[in-house]
Amino acid sequence: MNAREIRDAVEELQYAYVHCIDDDRLEEWPEFFTEHCLYKVVPRENADQNLPIALMYCDSRGMLQDRVVAHRAANLYAPHYYRHMVSAIRIVGRDPAEISAQTNYTVFRTMADPIHYGETELYSTGKYLDMIVFEDSQARFREKVVIADTCKIQSLLVTPL
Amino acid sequence: MKTSQTANGESFRWPQPETARVPYQVFVDPAIYTREQEQIFRGPVWNYVALDAELPNPGDFKATFIGDTPIVVTRDREGELHAFVNRCAHRGALVCREMRGNRNTHVCAYHQWSYDLRGQLIGVPFRRGIEGKGGYPADFDPTTISLSQLRVATYNGVVFASFAQEVEPIEDYLGPTQQPWFTRVFNRPVRVLGYGRQFIRANWKLYAENTRDPYHASLLHLFHTTFGIYRSSQGGGVIMDDTGRHSMIRAFKRTEIAERAAYETTALRTYQKGYTLADPSLLQSRKEFEVELTNSIHSIFPCLVIQQIFHTLATRHILPKGPDSFELLFTFFCYADDDEDMLQKRIKQANLVGPAGYISMEDGYAAEIVQQAIVRDQDACSFLELGGVEASNVEDLVNEAAVRGFWQYYRHIMDF
Repeated sequence: MNAREIRDAVEELQYAYVHCIDDDRLEEWPEFFTEHCLYKVVPRENADQNLPIALMYCDSRGMLQDRVVAHRAANLYAPHYYRHMVSAIRIVGRDPAEISAQTNYTVFRTMADPIHYGETELYSTGKYLDMIVFEDSQARFREKVVIADTCKIQSLLVTPL
Repeated sequence: MKTSQTANGESFRWPQPETARVPYQVFVDPAIYTREQEQIFRGPVWNYVALDAELPNPGDFKATFIGDTPIVVTRDREGELHAFVNRCAHRGALVCREMRGNRNTHVCAYHQWSYDLRGQLIGVPFRRGIEGKGGYPADFDPTTISLSQLRVATYNGVVFASFAQEVEPIEDYLGPTQQPWFTRVFNRPVRVLGYGRQFIRANWKLYAENTRDPYHASLLHLFHTTFGIYRSSQGGGVIMDDTGRHSMIRAFKRTEIAERAAYETTALRTYQKGYTLADPSLLQSRKEFEVELTNSIHSIFPCLVIQQIFHTLATRHILPKGPDSFELLFTFFCYADDDEDMLQKRIKQANLVGPAGYISMEDGYAAEIVQQAIVRDQDACSFLELGGVEASNVEDLVNEAAVRGFWQYYRHIMDF
């Protein structure tokens, strides 16, 4: 793949990923990752101090699936929708096996509970640090580290960023 | 029974039976909130402010709060810890404007009044004026001026501060019933692994109730039951101090047969079959404590919770932000001598707690849905009769005894 093709593939992956979450197709979300993967949401407060605790920490596709089952069947929360804005997608490293990319994200959250129905707030902003590989010409995240500038979570975090 | 004035000037009277009712007014009334800041947070209590491990070196500091008052904790050159109100003695500006760091002195940005690590004033610009003009009067004495200094006490690596001159030593404040449980977790040096913050639009006491309420654990938090990890019938109990203000809730695992039997004799909507964890490595554990508990939730009045859930260790600091909101700060830690396997278990099991915690994210939400529903009818009250109306220790988890204990002490310290 040439540089242009790689850029297109990475952008398409990011866009498909955020549409999947925003369209509430969470059951498809684990498919954006390789079988052995790392997905974590790290408050910037921890990242800046090299502290390892993440709010979500999944080191297999199975753990991602468990997050989805818990989201659907176990966890209780005010119903809401996300709208991701991604920008400044930049390929920061490229070796034969994988591509590393850095992307800014912003998530607006719109509430669907009876008290705050229809209200939108800026819920989270930060960056994605991604390691992307191609499996059968399909781009997947081998690693997606979400560094959340917004380290004070409004109420709770149940839907992945 | 005493009556008190409230925000709208009406008298306030606790409803009967007073041990088992809580008027919704205490969660919304600004006058009651203000009274709490004086009588609780500035009253005869020890407030959690830090872990010793957060300030290992001389000059280290941490900005935090007692109630809603901003404070700073510092370590001086001799290694002693100090705490002072983060408000310049000159014009009231915030002196320390960073969350944490290391400094020899703390200098107010507004007019550069500078303070040492004890909060004592050590420097004032233009004290003598310029060319004989201006400056402070001859009798101005910086040695008599300091930031408002608090008392500080450390217990097994946990740092507390108090506004009160008359508060018992921290050991007595915890008391003989709570010390062993405190020491069970804080048994050797710890290291901070990270933080998790939640902003909850609800009164802080709704969360204080939640951590003293084992009733909700298997009903609100459906994680275990969803994935067929039988938990509702866990063994356990509640141990309070004499006043009822602190409570230690412990849960231990019964055999699976006993768990299943207890479930099947109880009709619970939460009993679901059909899911198993796709990756069960989340819950892998190994023996760690002398007294093995799956969960221990240790609430120290007013605003500290020490938790051990599987291998996840954390303090939870409840920070009131007005009558209708609070921040919940999780400080995750490990032991300084943990091996790599245990460290990885703690990091993975942090999925269970914190803002995205499988078995904790709902706690703040539960507080919020109460706050949303009690906007009117503030003389209506909550009903706390699970297990009776007493606030005494129990050997079960189907009980609101510790919630009653909290309110018993709350009425005492608030003079209600």
